[in-house]
Amino acid sequence: MFPGFFEWIWDGGHMLFMGALWYALSIIGMGLTFCLIKSAIETQQGKGSHHGDGHGHH
Amino acid sequence: MDSALIPEGVKRCSFGKFMVFISIVSAVLLWGVYAMLLCWLKGLNQTNMNDYYGFALWIWADLAVIALGGGAFFSGFLKYLVGKDELKNIINYAVLIGFICYSSALLILAIDIGQPLRGWFIFWHANVHSMLTEVAFCLSCYFGVLCIEYIPLVLENRQLNKVPFFHNFAHNLHEIMAVFAATGAFLSFFHQGSLGGVAGVLFGRPFAYREGVFVWPWTFFLFTWSAAAFGPCFTLSLTKLLEKISGKKLVKDNVIELLAKISGWMIFTYTIAKIADTYYWAVVTAPGKGQTLMEFYTGNAFYGIWILVLEVIIGGLIPGLILITNKGRKNKYLLTTAIILACIGVSVNRWVMVLQVMAVPVMPFDTWALYYPSWQEVATTILPVAYGVLLIGISYRYMPIFPQERELNPID
Amino acid sequence: MSAKEQKKAKRFGMVIDLDKCTGCGACMVACMAENNVPFKKDESNKLDSITWMRVFKLTNGKEYPDADVCYLPRPCQHCEGHDGHSPCVSVCPATATDYSRETGIVSQIYTRCFGCRYCMAACPYHARYFNWWDPVWPKGMEKMLSPDVSVRMRGIVEKCSFCFHRYQRAMDKAHLEGRRELAENEYQTACTQACPAGAITFGDLNNPGHAVYKLKQSPNAFRLLERLGTNTKVYYVSEREWVRRAGDNYLAHEKTGQVAAAH
Repeated sequence: MFPGFFEWIWDGGHMLFMGALWYALSIIGMGLTFCLIKSAIETQQGKGSHHGDGHGHH
Repeated sequence: MDSALIPEGVKRCSFGKFMVFISIVSAVLLWGVYAMLLCWLKGLNQTNMNDYYGFALWIWADLAVIALGGGAFFSGFLKYLVGKDELKNIINYAVLIGFICYSSALLILAIDIGQPLRGWFIFWHANVHSMLTEVAFCLSCYFGVLCIEYIPLVLENRQLNKVPFFHNFAHNLHEIMAVFAATGAFLSFFHQGSLGGVAGVLFGRPFAYREGVFVWPWTFFLFTWSAAAFGPCFTLSLTKLLEKISGKKLVKDNVIELLAKISGWMIFTYTIAKIADTYYWAVVTAPGKGQTLMEFYTGNAFYGIWILVLEVIIGGLIPGLILITNKGRKNKYLLTTAIILACIGVSVNRWVMVLQVMAVPVMPFDTWALYYPSWQEVATTILPVAYGVLLIGISYRYMPIFPQERELNPID
Repeated sequence: MSAKEQKKAKRFGMVIDLDKCTGCGACMVACMAENNVPFKKDESNKLDSITWMRVFKLTNGKEYPDADVCYLPRPCQHCEGHDGHSPCVSVCPATATDYSRETGIVSQIYTRCFGCRYCMAACPYHARYFNWWDPVWPKGMEKMLSPDVSVRMRGIVEKCSFCFHRYQRAMDKAHLEGRRELAENEYQTACTQACPAGAITFGDLNNPGHAVYKLKQSPNAFRLLERLGTNTKVYYVSEREWVRRAGDNYLAHEKTGQVAAAH
């Protein structure tokens, strides 16, 4: 899975397969992180809080 | 009692009735959980699998739910990348079904392996040349994508959405959903294909083996194509089923017909490709390995040529032809028949590519091996179905799954 | 591997004379004892009992007086496939089975296997077995197990290793004596030595000095399912044409022995 493991060979197969995997994982990870951070900032700025007020709890 | 949790402007059955439903399904679920624990604690001797049937009911169930759950990635692909905006009215449900199918597939795999505690070896000691490795990686990653697609739905629950962070998070996830949908489509293309490759690369098994391009046998492309083609039919089938149970129209006809039309053309073209593949395999590939087509369909008590007809003609060509015609899509009965036949067709295909592969003898002095599952295998296969019913029940009750429901069923 | 190393590489294999095999099963017994192969109280169901070496009974399907029987011992065929891509090695997702380019032996790493059984699906010879149960030895027998072979736990796949531990033992001895090469009789499998009829011959298929080198060149030699391209290292010999024909799948018009895949 990582370079350095004894199964790892520096060949096209490993680089292509693992490259695609880590590429997909980083897109997912970065997308999720972006959303989390943006949401945290927006929440801090008070955005979206009107949804919590006014309606009250039943 | 739970009215505060139910989306505004829609009607749901009484809490008592809902609890009765939950209890019945949970009982089935617990039965499955009991069988699952038996398999984990006592080992795979609880199954009827044997050394001839290393792959059996579970792997079929796995392949089938992944194919049927293909509606999620293909609908997402059509909505976010092709721009079929109407599909936003069914995409939530497609995502929910996909989420159920893929979580089920992962659970089944966790039960199916002989040493579940070593399951992580497939990632850690990955052999990149194995189709199964690719399946494991892409499946897990895509399940992550499905979670990301399902989370906003959960957060849109009336009470959860009042929490500012959840509201913002759901909104922001929606904003960049196209990125996740694209990644999901990419991952799905590969793992659906690799599942086809699992059988297609078996050069020691002439029944399964196919030639192909580069490292991918033809089954790789056929599996991806069929998942994209038949997956939406499962989404449509479950939409129709939920409409029937709830007694309400949940999605407008134009949306259903659009998805049915796209699915129809995909099925039709897939079936042509499948027929071409079968023909080439029957006249070139299999004879090249010393076996004739009819050897695969005779000499045993179960597998006859009927299964090929059921898969390709009844479960492929017929639903394809119905769905590509305007008349077929407009006729309620024809449409329902077609989408059910399509679900059967793709499930039979997955069955053939797992169980018949194991059954066919390869050594000339070997015999056909037939198999029937043990109750533990059946129970653990029903387990995901019960889990799916439960999750659909809960999601439908508490989350805004169908955007058109309010408009189609106004409450006075 | 360099060209020089390639030259030195071994391809251990067998030649089994089917006309000599009486079907006594001594090879199966020897294999089980040698390799600590677990067994159940009732071994009658051959679909879930482990037999690294299994003797198949073949018949020519004719009536008396033309009826004929052949017993075919089937160890793991140690396929080389194309360039080491044997059917099972290439599919194992966790690199738990490996093709050795030094010996030509297909190994199984028991501590690595997590029991997905894809290799079993890939093997057309049914040479791979799953441990459906944990091994249970009759009281006292655990003390008689071979210390050179690890016992296997429930939930993993195992198979014939060409008694690889014997190779390791022989190599250890050779190294201590300052040698790098083994004599033919220094490394022999348990089944080979147990066969009372002398039907099994084992050695390096690449070594012209070994008996198998010549035996495999017999016009009556064939390999199981050769046309699939598995490129096995177990050769069979029989003077009977129907036996040679039973070793592979033939279309009605095809001649025996003329359909093998090229390597």
